Amino acid sequence: MSETQSTPVVVADGLIKQFGRFAALRGVTGEFAAGKLYVILGDNGAGKTTLLRTIAGLAHATRGVISVLGFAHINEARSQIGYMAHPSLLYDEMSGMENLRYFSELYGISAADVDKKCRDAINAVKLDPDLDRPVGQYSQGMRQRMSLARALLNDPKLLLLDEPFSNVDARSAAEMAILVAQARDRGKTVFVVTHQPAQLEAYADEFIWMELGRIVDRTATLGGRQ
Amino acid sequence: MSFLAITRATLAKDIRLEWRSKDAINAMLFFSLLVVVIFSFAFDPTAEESRRIAGGLVWVAFLFAAIVALNQTWARELRNQVLDAYRVSPAPATPLFIAKAFGNFIFVAVLEALMTPLFVAFYKLRPLGPSWQLIPIAVLGTWALVVNGTFFAAMSLRTRAREIMLPLLLFPLSIPALLGMVNSTAAVLTGETSPTFWIALLVAYDVVFTTACLLMFEAVLEAE
Repeated sequence: MSETQSTPVVVADGLIKQFGRFAALRGVTGEFAAGKLYVILGDNGAGKTTLLRTIAGLAHATRGVISVLGFAHINEARSQIGYMAHPSLLYDEMSGMENLRYFSELYGISAADVDKKCRDAINAVKLDPDLDRPVGQYSQGMRQRMSLARALLNDPKLLLLDEPFSNVDARSAAEMAILVAQARDRGKTVFVVTHQPAQLEAYADEFIWMELGRIVDRTATLGGRQ
Repeated sequence: MSFLAITRATLAKDIRLEWRSKDAINAMLFFSLLVVVIFSFAFDPTAEESRRIAGGLVWVAFLFAAIVALNQTWARELRNQVLDAYRVSPAPATPLFIAKAFGNFIFVAVLEALMTPLFVAFYKLRPLGPSWQLIPIAVLGTWALVVNGTFFAAMSLRTRAREIMLPLLLFPLSIPALLGMVNSTAAVLTGETSPTFWIALLVAYDVVFTTACLLMFEAVLEAE
């Protein structure tokens, strides 16, 4: 294992996240090394999405400490994070290229590079950059891929994917899984929240099992949990 | 990363989305048109009465119509949770607010430009004071409506009854601005008094609330 891979990308210590009286995270602790593909598993309400949103800086821990990419303050890490949520995070009325051009401005991608970066991101997810159709008219599988393209746009070191296989057919899900594995192979650290872990069984480095807001196990294989 | 580039890109994106959907502008136009027609039939005022009441009528119509645009501007960020894509990016909060406020200003200004000739025709308005003063009054008044409106629309974004919440939050705070708009407009139309005091009030209102909104917007955007 290289030095880069042994450096923790995410370090969580006693993370607690409460929504009113409901505790979505109840003391999440763990270190997650760079360049690995982590699959987060658990029942509905286990805290998977909240953990992912906390890493992304979209949810703020009520108690506990989290460091992302070596930064204690998430704002400093934002330019190196790619986030894909269950909804597409895209404007339905705009085409894929128009969406990506807008988001590239938010990441400060220089005007000279915008078109190339957008095309590369769209090509990477096997879509056509010249497709003029609004995203709202895409199939669910295409929308998921375009959403992944948006997450990859800034060439992030840390990729956070929430339910990337939901509502897509088996073939699209398998293709998405390959794209996710390729991202890891390019050196990115990837966290995937999913209810379909079998899609990533062949590629994942570690499975993180959550129950009632806690990490209860970490295994190298999907069937490795006692 | 350029503050101006993000503001410009967000504004261009909002104008493009509105141009394609025309959700806000159509709803605002129909609402204002109804107000003009219904009130003209209900009151049938003389030219003199028109000059006295038109300021209030026009600005209240624009205020209610603007609510539609203000709600719409954030509603499109909620669809597909696109706002999270902005929040997760390294872009600061302020350009988003400025772009939204300018976008709303443009939409409401377009509405005003389209509706003003109708108000003039239906109410037989002919200003007796210096009519050029209506331009700064319109600019300052419209900004007063949209800057607070954009802020409170963002604040009520995550509430369940946000379409009701926005007027409840916005209208009480808009009373000083509304007084400024109505009285300065009436002063120009009747030519009886100088609108200077009311214009100064609008300037002060705009400066104070724009500053406050800019300072507090990041906290609103980051709120869960």
